[in-house]
Amino acid sequence: MQARVQSSQHSGYTLHEMQSATGTTVREYVSPAGMVFAVAWKGPYAPNLQQLLGSQFEQYEQAIRTSSGRASHGPVTIRLANLVVQLSGHMGDYSGRAYIPDKVPTGMSLESIR
Amino acid sequence: VTNAAKLRMAALSASLAVFATACGGGGSSHQNTIAASSSNVETITVNAGPAGGYPNGVFTSVRVCVPSTSNCQVIDGILVDTGSYGLRLLSSTGGGALTVPLPDQTGSDGNPIGECAPFVSGLTWGPVANADITISGEKASNLPVQVVDGSFASLPKQCAAFGVPEQETLSGQNGLGANGILGVGPLVQDCGSQCTQTGSSNPDLYYDCAGTTCTVYAESLAAQVQNPVAAFATDNNGVIVELPQTSTTSSVTGSLVFGIGTQSNNALANATVFPINSKVEFNTSFKGQSYPAFVDSGSNALFFLDSNTTSLPECSDNSSFYCPGSNTSLSATTAATGSASETVKFTIGNADSLFSDPSAFVFPTLGGPNSGTFDWGLPFFFGRDVYTAIDGKSTPGGQGPYWAF
Repeated sequence: MQARVQSSQHSGYTLHEMQSATGTTVREYVSPAGMVFAVAWKGPYAPNLQQLLGSQFEQYEQAIRTSSGRASHGPVTIRLANLVVQLSGHMGDYSGRAYIPDKVPTGMSLESIR
Repeated sequence: VTNAAKLRMAALSASLAVFATACGGGGSSHQNTIAASSSNVETITVNAGPAGGYPNGVFTSVRVCVPSTSNCQVIDGILVDTGSYGLRLLSSTGGGALTVPLPDQTGSDGNPIGECAPFVSGLTWGPVANADITISGEKASNLPVQVVDGSFASLPKQCAAFGVPEQETLSGQNGLGANGILGVGPLVQDCGSQCTQTGSSNPDLYYDCAGTTCTVYAESLAAQVQNPVAAFATDNNGVIVELPQTSTTSSVTGSLVFGIGTQSNNALANATVFPINSKVEFNTSFKGQSYPAFVDSGSNALFFLDSNTTSLPECSDNSSFYCPGSNTSLSATTAATGSASETVKFTIGNADSLFSDPSAFVFPTLGGPNSGTFDWGLPFFFGRDVYTAIDGKSTPGGQGPYWAF
């Protein structure tokens, strides 16, 4: 990710905000111990999910490949034991977020991850 | 809404009159117009689709020809998508219907050009080809289209980083669920000027493929896969998707009308125009809070906000849909800079219950989560004529891009 990073301190976490070369704004939510527990993005082009999800990417891919039953076409919510991935938007406008539910600080609202 | 309908509602109850312009989409009661057969009208059908089992997919057919020849094929089961731009055809070897040998587009070095087109839930991969396209009486000549075909070349690593190819999802079946996608949204190209650039600002959609090895390619605007409507000789400023109001059922039929205010059958009438901003969005407010929003016939439910905000639980077996205990009536207000606002009433049902009827594929009350955003998907279109005006094109409602309804 080529980016200028802006950081801000919040109760229970540090927020790093950066912009990719293709214009996607990425926000990383980092615990005091240095762990990224959530990431959110928005921009005109599809994000590099592999980079955003890091070691969780394979788990996400596997969940998409093995989905069954009547499918959603459009926004997707993948809810696994230790990972939630939500993808939204349409061509020209992509947004989403991923977080590790156990690691979100107590008292932090999930709606604020965006 | 016709004046007659307004009068009827006002006569029933004065308090209902404020909702007179807000009918449609699951549970309201008026008839929108569905255009009759004409040279600028193609039939569209919401049904299970060519692969079967597709909930809330609206399909049409397209005549595809090798450019300047009579080597042609009519392909049905093509998803009508106002959320994307350009025609994509699934090859017969990939589980689709395309068999006519469309010529590959080639780059400056003579190699074929491939495209990785990112959708939200997956991507489509395959060569860019050229085709003459006819839909009803409208024709686009030598149009760049995408052939979706995973055997074309190895998936580039930048493409794999976007997610999973659509045709590989759904446990090995044709995850696309369609023979192609007809992208007739409010923009012209599927990428735009950033794909013409070299270096890190190029978003990695187009590739030059030597054998099975592909590298990112700077693709000119004219060569990019693009909205066929913008390339029509006439009726090229947008489309109207017209579907009737419906209950849960197996199939409904409507019309895809080309042009806005170009013929007697496509007047803007009393639809409200909502200009689209640079993020390809407008706004929708719900319980007093405003959210980014968009209108998309290719999204198969009303996807909006989250369980905390809506009090609608996600389904236990599929977290992409809502499963309330009973049908839940809600309303939201659409708005854009420089437009009137409009209240939209809608109903969300239990997706598990809806899907329990194996013969049902039309679901006006299907909903799902979409954190912080409103996606007015296909249920929004039932009972409502929805206009999509293309970027830079003149219409009686002003210059596109806009949505109107």
